[in-house]
Amino acid sequence: MKIKYLVPALILLSIISLFVGVQDLSIWNIHNFTEEQWETLLISRLPRLLAIIIVGVSLSVAGLIMQQLTQNKFVSPTTAGTLDWARLGILVAIIVFAGASTMERLFVAFLFALGGTFLFMRILERIRYKNVIFVPLVGLMLGSVVNAVTTFFAYQYDLIQSLNSWMQGSFSLVLRGNFEILYIGIPLVIIAFIFANRFTVAGMGRDFSQSLGLNYKQIMNIGLLIVAVITAAVVVTIGSIPFLGLIIPNIVSIMRGDNLRNSLPHTALFGAIFLLICDILGRVLIYPYEIPIGLMVGVIGSALFLFLLLRRKSYAT
Amino acid sequence: MALNMLERQKSELETGDIALEVKNVSKSFDGKKVVKDVSVGVRKGSITSFIGPNGAGKSTLISMMSRLMGHDSGEVLIEGKPIKSYKSDELAKKVSILKQANNINIRLTVRELVSFGRFPHSRNRLSKADWGFVENAIDYMELRDMQDKYLDQLSGGQKQRAFIAMVLAQDTDYIILDEPLNNLDMKHSVSIMKTLRKLCDDLGKTILIVVHDINFASCYSDDIIAMKDGELAAQGHCHEIINPTTLKKIYDMDIGIEEVNCNKICVYFT
Repeated sequence: MKIKYLVPALILLSIISLFVGVQDLSIWNIHNFTEEQWETLLISRLPRLLAIIIVGVSLSVAGLIMQQLTQNKFVSPTTAGTLDWARLGILVAIIVFAGASTMERLFVAFLFALGGTFLFMRILERIRYKNVIFVPLVGLMLGSVVNAVTTFFAYQYDLIQSLNSWMQGSFSLVLRGNFEILYIGIPLVIIAFIFANRFTVAGMGRDFSQSLGLNYKQIMNIGLLIVAVITAAVVVTIGSIPFLGLIIPNIVSIMRGDNLRNSLPHTALFGAIFLLICDILGRVLIYPYEIPIGLMVGVIGSALFLFLLLRRKSYAT
Repeated sequence: MALNMLERQKSELETGDIALEVKNVSKSFDGKKVVKDVSVGVRKGSITSFIGPNGAGKSTLISMMSRLMGHDSGEVLIEGKPIKSYKSDELAKKVSILKQANNINIRLTVRELVSFGRFPHSRNRLSKADWGFVENAIDYMELRDMQDKYLDQLSGGQKQRAFIAMVLAQDTDYIILDEPLNNLDMKHSVSIMKTLRKLCDDLGKTILIVVHDINFASCYSDDIIAMKDGELAAQGHCHEIINPTTLKKIYDMDIGIEEVNCNKICVYFT
């Protein structure tokens, strides 16, 4: 897995992504596109491509940061309940602030995601028995409880259907003007790059961090903030894409280790490439219909992950 | 002016002066007192071994001396200044601590791990001088042929050596090691103790170490601090502590002492 292969792969896939879809746009025909074809390209296809790349990069990076901070390979925005909290936040925004703008929904979702993630971390600090499996189980349980609350109120207010549409991550509705909030992920990923060394030190645990003079609490908070904002932005615009933040960092970790300085660029690029492949396949396989992106990520990702796990036995134990 | 001089003298301690000190320190967990009103001093440029039965409070005491843990009452002084008055990045260049680290599961190569010992000095990019420290530490701990292996591919002893190399790369005046001989076979235990002796004699480092094997304490340390039930049981030069009466008080065991090649060896197996 080298940068010099990943970058061309990303460019190639991006081009393919632009020219795959129901409306016939052919790259060989680009010099005599009609106005309508240009509009399709610029209003639908390009935003979709940008959204996929940003989501792929930022969710993978968020997952990596979470795994590093919790020192656990099985923690991600999905398994820590961050996604569920963000969803509850959206519901609250819809119910309490009827007619809230996307920005307002984002903000409420962000607050919930942040609060939920902090709660998870506090619980983690309290449990003594930090088994690799036990920690994500706590997150999953917490997430399920939150989810039950969300479903209950959604049912009360007859919002189950619109909530389900949030749950089902999809890039098919991305149009120019409705996905730009995702750009918030770009500066956050840059911050993650700047703090890469500190996150690695934090990944060695509290004692090592303190011995090396790292402000552990501060780094923890910065990391959680990044994770919460990214998760909230993705849920509000695209919906949830489960396990992307779990699978990608783990695959990269198996090959490149946990020194973020080495693995962060690869995690980011591979996340984008992986999501692009899933999206393109999802669009092509049952053409002209689409397979939901969450399903594609789950199926392809877990197959890949299992394959890698079985090849390397001592990993993550 | 005079005050200034005084302060400078204070921080430039001579070998043998008390450099690390705790005064009347106590610590409890869940209402149970683990360290009770302990006062000890560690001399600069010496190896001080902390000995005592399990649960005596040794680890807690050195954790407090190294800022990993706060203390409930009393004072912890480093070169005469309260530990709390140091900034954490300043302290990281002065005092390093290695706790028992069996549970760490980050995937770093040995070389990467050791290079993070330079983190307090250069946060983001290591300079040439920094890499010099890293290379030295790797050679010192004989890790050269496994420097590109991941930690999870190493045996317990190899891992332990890698962590010690990281502490060496940190290049602090004070090095605190909590049971560094855990998981190590005889050969590597001896080589680590010899390395520590060399660090102390050649480079003037001050080393605090928790050891379980009393003979390592006897053969390699200058001073010994003995703890029992959270209290200070004995403190003094190595030869003052290693005698049947004092050891009986610490361990509730009759321990014979033989002299072998000018080293006092405790015989407690039968």
